[in-house]
Amino acid sequence: MSGPILEVRDLVMRFGGLTAVGGVSFAAAAGEITAVIGPNGAGKTTVFNLITGFYRPSGGEIVLNGPAGARALHRMPGHGIARAGVARTFQNIRLFPGMTVLENLLVAQHNRLQAATGFGIGAVLGLSGYRAAEREAVALARRWLEATRLVERADDAAGALPYGAQRRLEIARAMCTGPALLCLDEPAAGLNPRESEELAELIRLIRGQGTSVLLIEHDMGVVMRISDRVVVLDHGLKIADGTPAAVRADPAVIAAYLGTGDEDEAPSPALLPGAAAEGAA
Amino acid sequence: MSGTATPREGGAARADDGVPAPGEAGGIPRGPGPAAARPPLVAALRDAGLAALVAAALFVPMVGLRTDVGPSGGGLFIRTRWADVAILVALVFGLRLAVGLWTALRPAPVARPGRAALLARVGVFVAPALLVFALVFPALPGTTRYGLDLGILVLTYVMLGWGLNIVVGLAGLLDLGYVAFYAVGAYAYALLSTTFGLSFWVCLPLAGVLAAFWGVLLGFPVLRLRGDYLAIVTLAFGEIIRILLINWVSLTGGPNGISGIPRPSFFGLGFSAGGGPGSFSDFFGLEPSPTHRVVFLYYLILALALLTNLVTIRLRRQPLGRAWEALREDEIACRALGINVTNTKLTAFAIGAMFGGFAGAFFATRQAFVSPESFTFIESAIILAIVVLGGLGSQLGVALAAVVLIGGFEAFRDLEEYRMLVFGGVMVAIMVLRPRGLVSSRTPSVALGKRRAVSGDLVGQGHG
Repeated sequence: MSGPILEVRDLVMRFGGLTAVGGVSFAAAAGEITAVIGPNGAGKTTVFNLITGFYRPSGGEIVLNGPAGARALHRMPGHGIARAGVARTFQNIRLFPGMTVLENLLVAQHNRLQAATGFGIGAVLGLSGYRAAEREAVALARRWLEATRLVERADDAAGALPYGAQRRLEIARAMCTGPALLCLDEPAAGLNPRESEELAELIRLIRGQGTSVLLIEHDMGVVMRISDRVVVLDHGLKIADGTPAAVRADPAVIAAYLGTGDEDEAPSPALLPGAAAEGAA
Repeated sequence: MSGTATPREGGAARADDGVPAPGEAGGIPRGPGPAAARPPLVAALRDAGLAALVAAALFVPMVGLRTDVGPSGGGLFIRTRWADVAILVALVFGLRLAVGLWTALRPAPVARPGRAALLARVGVFVAPALLVFALVFPALPGTTRYGLDLGILVLTYVMLGWGLNIVVGLAGLLDLGYVAFYAVGAYAYALLSTTFGLSFWVCLPLAGVLAAFWGVLLGFPVLRLRGDYLAIVTLAFGEIIRILLINWVSLTGGPNGISGIPRPSFFGLGFSAGGGPGSFSDFFGLEPSPTHRVVFLYYLILALALLTNLVTIRLRRQPLGRAWEALREDEIACRALGINVTNTKLTAFAIGAMFGGFAGAFFATRQAFVSPESFTFIESAIILAIVVLGGLGSQLGVALAAVVLIGGFEAFRDLEEYRMLVFGGVMVAIMVLRPRGLVSSRTPSVALGKRRAVSGDLVGQGHG
């Protein structure tokens, strides 16, 4: 395995007096799928928002070893992080609903296209350099539309797509930014079993193309099948880190999901890593 | 039925100039709402009664009581007109009832693909037809001097509407102070030409640049604001500029304004009434006529407006324009895709303001006089109304709305004091019948196959 693409060291995030993430360290290896799991409120999405620049950490560092060398993400503005090579999707889908599927994918290539316009002046005058850049952008968009089986819907408004297709489109849009690391925030939420199987296939395809994936997911079937490595958070702390099989057997993980006896509210069996993986296997 | 009913009734509710009619907000039975639980007749009666009450409260002081000058010439006496009030209130009651019943009883709207397709096909020809009409308008036999002046006025608002459309329609940033840029452009030209003797053609780009500069200046503090807050700050900005113009007497002449602003020349040929040597009429061997200048001004503003349109249409197909629209749809997603939201917003403010500045320079040269009175909030409101009524983001819609509003405003001049009533009514009618503006659908900027319009329901309205 090659070195880590993303290194998170002693990450701390406090909201007022509440510590949502209390010193988490982990690494995501390049070319692998790393899953971050944990019960509700464990701080998974906070970690995600820290990595993608939506929050600024109270402490710790996040380093991306992207194509341009090591970059300290925790010091960058939000849009800089995306330019450094981190793309993300959202738990509640955030497409541009009034724009067509193809336009969504072209907006994702904004920076590359904008560079080709010559401060917009060349593009307003219709110079050829920009046209070539746009043709390339459309070709890339078409490639991802084919990968996500959305080519037929390319000219429909994104908001008019069915839910599953919107999820796929969001991943395609993130991939159109040409990321080194793709962060997926619960991509299987609300998908039926067939759709989540397709999603797992798509994520594997993305890994096959050389993009590392960081994944938050509740669907343990998906997590256990496709992840190379699983990081488990609970109450803002890392409680386990290892291969899916090792994590599934870890007593601390089972305790976090089941409760340790003094909590009388048991989570639903479907949430248990072991149970769900067996059910899906 | 409702076509006649709504404007009147809406007009009545609007007549107190700006107050959003208490009966109106909760009154409109919007299909199967809470009102649907009650029998339609009772609900409609109740609603009509409420509307009548509001109308009575408004009309008693506004119409019922009137002060007239006494017959002897000294002193005022109050004349009461209760009969008129009763007629108006009854009218409101009856029409509101009709609207209520019509909305409650009409069958659910069914999609009529035939009609929609026909409209779309006709729609393709509307823009070229309008353009051709605008081009030949001064040459038409029936065109009078008044008609030309009106044309210039309408085109000025078309241009302003298109300029504001960049900010509000594309980038989704609600700007209530757009007239400030119009003022900056007008004063920029007025001051540069009267102080330094620069010609119109030199000042025009300068006015645009200055307005764009002010656009960026406004943009910075409002970058983090959204919705209502953004609207308030932009509104304040518009007022600041106007009050600055009034109070900075040494520079702007204060309330007296600046007069004697030079007229534009046609490649160095002036338009003097006498037609002396070096004038336009002398050069082309024409009979000197004051109409020449008006026709020239007409084509000047037409060219400026078309420039605005051209740049907007082209920008919409560029990454920048797409980023503006994406910003309107979802700012957070934009950030996650690496779009610099700050720069994108600032360019929208700057480019929108620049066209406002161009229009302002044109306004100054046309009037030969500028004063702060021309740049009050109502101007911003009218321009915004044009954009909203036309359909956010739609170039054709904005042009149509400018024609309807400004042209209509002039056409109803004979109605005298009822003009505002009709004017308000027309606006309410458009919003009731076409809630997303005259042209609500959005044309995609790029397509793999056939370009299909996006329904207005899906298009975001911006969040500030």
